This record gives sequence, structure tokens and C-alpha cells, in this order.
Amino acid sequence: MENKENKVLIETKRLKKYFPVPAGYLHAVDDVNLTINKGETLGIVGESGCGKSTLGRVILRLHEATSGDVLYDGMNINNFSDDEMRHMRQNMQIIFQDPYASLNPRMTIGRIIEEPLKLHKIYKTAEERRKRVEELMELVGLPMRSYSQYPHEFDGGRRQRVVIARALSINPQFIVCDEPVSALDVSVQAQILNLLMDLQKKIGLTYMFISHDLSVVKHISTNIGVMYLGQLIEKAPKNDIFAKPLHPYTIALLSAIPSVNVLEKSKKVILKGEIVSPINPKVGCRFATRCPFATEKCTSENPVFEEAAPNHFVACHRWREVADGTLQYSTN
Amino acid sequence: MDKNIVLDVKNLHVHYVTDDATAKAVNGIDFQVKEGEALGLVGETGAGKTTTALSIMQLIPDPPGIIVDGEINFEGKNVIYNTDKENQAMRGNGIAMIFQDPMTALNPVMTVGDQLSEVVLTHEKISKSEAKQRVIELLEIVGVKRDRYDDYPHQFSGGQKQRVVIAMSLLCNPKLLIADEPTTALDVTIQAQVLDIINQLREKYKMSMILITHDLGVVAETCENVAIMYAGNIVESGSVKEVYLNPRHPYTRGLFDSIPKLDDESAELVPIEGAISNAADLPTGCHFHPRCRYCQEICKHQRPPQRGTGSHKFMCHFDLFSEEAK
Repeated sequence: MENKENKVLIETKRLKKYFPVPAGYLHAVDDVNLTINKGETLGIVGESGCGKSTLGRVILRLHEATSGDVLYDGMNINNFSDDEMRHMRQNMQIIFQDPYASLNPRMTIGRIIEEPLKLHKIYKTAEERRKRVEELMELVGLPMRSYSQYPHEFDGGRRQRVVIARALSINPQFIVCDEPVSALDVSVQAQILNLLMDLQKKIGLTYMFISHDLSVVKHISTNIGVMYLGQLIEKAPKNDIFAKPLHPYTIALLSAIPSVNVLEKSKKVILKGEIVSPINPKVGCRFATRCPFATEKCTSENPVFEEAAPNHFVACHRWREVADGTLQYSTN
Repeated sequence: MDKNIVLDVKNLHVHYVTDDATAKAVNGIDFQVKEGEALGLVGETGAGKTTTALSIMQLIPDPPGIIVDGEINFEGKNVIYNTDKENQAMRGNGIAMIFQDPMTALNPVMTVGDQLSEVVLTHEKISKSEAKQRVIELLEIVGVKRDRYDDYPHQFSGGQKQRVVIAMSLLCNPKLLIADEPTTALDVTIQAQVLDIINQLREKYKMSMILITHDLGVVAETCENVAIMYAGNIVESGSVKEVYLNPRHPYTRGLFDSIPKLDDESAELVPIEGAISNAADLPTGCHFHPRCRYCQEICKHQRPPQRGTGSHKFMCHFDLFSEEAK
């Protein structure tokens, strides 16, 4: 039954993460079911505060889930002991957004990249570790002279290369990239995106790529998941989601991307209404307050995350009407 | 002089001088903004965009900032020689500015209504109730309900706060609006709303605008003209169509090749190698030469001339991409 090409590496089942706040519970991740296949990239998009980063962290168990399961290669890591988890972390790493905050300013680049090797006791001798660090620096395109330099001597792009080298040092299979290029200028951003894609080809990495920049996500991903207020509301292969988005929020989101095409002005959907609070959300679709197609059912019943087309999942009561074109936004 | 020109910047040089070094943030830029025109000022971090804006507003922190040369003519008057009092009158009434971060642009311990009324009362001799009326009107125009007049900034979401800031900048009907990354801190759907409001208001009040951003897409959808900045120079300028359809400076080309395009699936990203130079240690000759793939000997020593025809101008020793125009 196991198909090598499509082997699932990461699976979440009814994953939830609620944070206690004075007014109740903030539903940061609410009932998310997703799978990521080996060697693929799942892009996660959504607005700030929709739970993208929390989802990434709960999958890595940097936050403990409130309920639900995370399966890595079929193993439920939520049941792992601390010791088992420490071993597990060799397989799963994370790259953060801000390469200024994620490097210790008092350590040299060489020591920063070497540290995980020491922690996980992967090599016995200092020479072996040094050799591995040099290998990694070459892999991510850092010149050897930077071995004894400090982070403050580097610009954002080169710092992000150091972060990537550190994440790769212990040979992980799965990397959560949390807005890895958002703090970088476009010319440098392209360097890092190309590097991540090259590495995926060379080493066969699996990524979960979190970003609010849809054109970046489209460029790098195999599948794309759209989150809204803690919930995954649509997920599909990237071309399907761009060609035939089914959730009204996805449609608005895609239309809002500013385009550099000056010959064809794209039609924009301008949403009205306010975003509801993620604290103790009411029953019903969370997008209903901004959705022009919302009916009584939308505010009284939770939509089900169902497969509308092969591999194309959506959580909307009225996706069928969106699919056949009955429901359309009026644009200006 | 052309009556339609609201702002005319000539050969502007701005330096930041400290004991150790002199950072040359703006190095001789020229541009004009006509009545009702929207100009996009595009560039990477450290290109000198914000320094340009602050110079126009006469808000360069001094020390260490010094306008070492050039003119900034607003409605025919060089603002560099303004007294503090003249500056005060110009800001708000003449030129208004929207800053990137709406969270820090508002006073957290004053209600939104009081802050906005204060602006009107400072600039105009009207009664408090008239000021309140004006504020409420403008808040409704930008889509903030009148019952939020007595709310504090923390009670607003990011997009709502940016609307308040926009309303504040428009209270005194400025001739020129400088918007410094007004939507960078916002999500795309909210960004679309805010840009929509700015466009509507610009049309309604025939206001000129300088939109500072690093996002080429935002400029394409908001502005008629664009100026691309690199290391304190405007390396290319022209109408949005001219520049976007046929970029003629290697840096502008590089920018377009670096961004993932939604409608062109196969296109590979071609990054610009290296990173922007330190303003305190700019390379000689063309400031872009260490990163330029077409760099020749002359580029390393000589400042490139301005080339181009009509409104489309670029700063390069070579005319590398003229063929494609035909």
C-alpha cells in the first residue's frame, strides 16, 4: 500500500492549541487536520494572528497541544517522553523570521553552527565537527573566512544562511520555515528562496513554509493551506488553489495581492466588516462577519472541512455554489 | 515656473555625521511632483527613501543629520530656509505624512477623538465643537464609526489604527501627502482596503502623494509615476508603465527578476548577488557596481550620467536594454 512517492511524513489529527487569557481561551489553533508528504512543501498562509506560527510550533512540540495528535512518520510524538523528544528533534527543525534575534551575538558563526552537533553528540572529535561545519557553510554559500566572524558583521541575508546551516547541521528531515524571508529585502529574499529550494532537491527535505506573502508561498510550495482565525479553511495543490479557490476568504485574499502587471488591472475584492475575536469564538463560520454570502446557517453551524475535489479541501457551507459560479463577488 | 508643480527637489544631498563616520544617505536626487500626481518611491532598506521624506518634512534629526546641498521647493518656496514657525504651518496644512507603524504614531493615553481634534485646533482658529464635527466627518470617510471617537488607540485593530492615522493626516486638507510604507504592517486584505481609501481620497481632494514602499505591486496599483532608489540615488524614474514594461537600469531589472510572479509559474528567481552597500562606505563610481553583472572598468571610477528620453530616465554608463523597447 505504501507508495514511496507519496509517503506521509507529518500528520495532525484534530490538533488544538488554546491559550488561557483573562477573558477565557484564545483559540490559536482550532481543530486542524493536515498531512505533509515526504519531500514536499506545504505553504501556510493567513493574516497575522491567524495561528500560522502557533501551528508550526505545536507540530514541533515547542508548544504543548491542548488536544489532538501530531504524527511524525506514523509515530504519535505527543506521547513521547522528554528524552525521546530530544532524539526526535534531530529530525525536525525550525527557521525563524528574524535572523537578528535568533543568533547569539557573542558566539562566532562556526560555534553557532557547531552547537547542535555538540548537543546531540553526533561527532566524537572537534576535528570531525569542524569538518562538518565547513561542509555546511559551503552548502549554504557562506565563505570560509566567516567561520570566526560574529553575527553583527553580517547582513540579514547572510545571517539567514547561518540559521539555515545550523538547522541543517543534524540532518533533519522536516523543517518549519516561519516567515524566513519576511525580514529581508526582495533582492536578498530571492537568494534565500533559491537556497531553500536547492537544498530540498539535494537533501530531500520536507518543509512547512509559513508566510503572509502569497507570491512567495506559491513559488516554493507543493500544496497550500489557508488559515483563518485558528482554522484551516482550505487546502489544495498550489495551482488548484490559485486557479479555482473555493472559500470566499481565499478568493478575497488572492485578489488582494498587489500585482506588478501594469497592462492588466486585476479586480480587487474589498472586504467589509470586522474580524471576530479568537477569544471564545461563537459557533459557526468565523469568516461569516466579513463574508457577503453568509446565511443563517453560516452563523449557527460549523462548516465541515471536506474534500470538494481530489486533494482539494474546503470548510464552507456554500462551496458548491462558489464552485459552479452561482456566488460571485462584485468587484470594483 | 510651472504652476502645476507642487514639489520640486533639486540635487538633494543628506548626510548623517557622527564622530566616526559620515553616512551619505541621499546623494544628489532630483524629482518633481505635480498637482494630483502620485509618485512611488521604491527601494530597499537603506536606499534613502525615508531620509528623503523626512527632508521634505524638515524633520531630519539634527544632529546627526544635515542637508548638505540642494533645494526642496514646496509651492515655489525653498523649505530648507524655513523658520520653525513656518515649518509648523507647512506641516499638516501643506504637507502631511503617514508613518509605517500606526501603533507608534498615536498617543496611547489620549482618546483618538482628542488627538485628532488637537490637530485641527493647532492649525485653525475654530471652536472645539466644530473641530469635533470635522474629525467625526473624516473618521466616517475613512470608515471608522462615529461612536469610536472616545476610544483609545489600543482598542483599535491595526487596520483601524492606520485609518485613524490617515484621517489625522487629512484633517487640514494637505496639498501633498507623504505615505511612508502605509500598508507594510498590514495584512493583504486590509492593505487592499486602506489603498482603496487612499485612492478615493486622493481623487476627491486632488491631492498629490509620495508613496514610499519596497513593494512594486503596491506602486503599480496606486501611482502614475515611479522613482527607483539605490544607495541614495534615483537610478531610474518615469511613468509606471514605462519603467515596469521596460526597465533600463540593471538594478531595476534585478528587482523585477527577484520577485516571484503569480502569473508566470516557471520563471526562476534571479537574485541580485551581494547586499546594499553601507552608506558610510559607498563604493566609488556607480554605487551599484559591486552587485552589477554588467559592470565594466568605467563603472568603478566614474559616476554614471543620466540618460533616457522624455520622462523615462535612468542613471547608467551604458544603455543596455534599449533594443527591447522596439
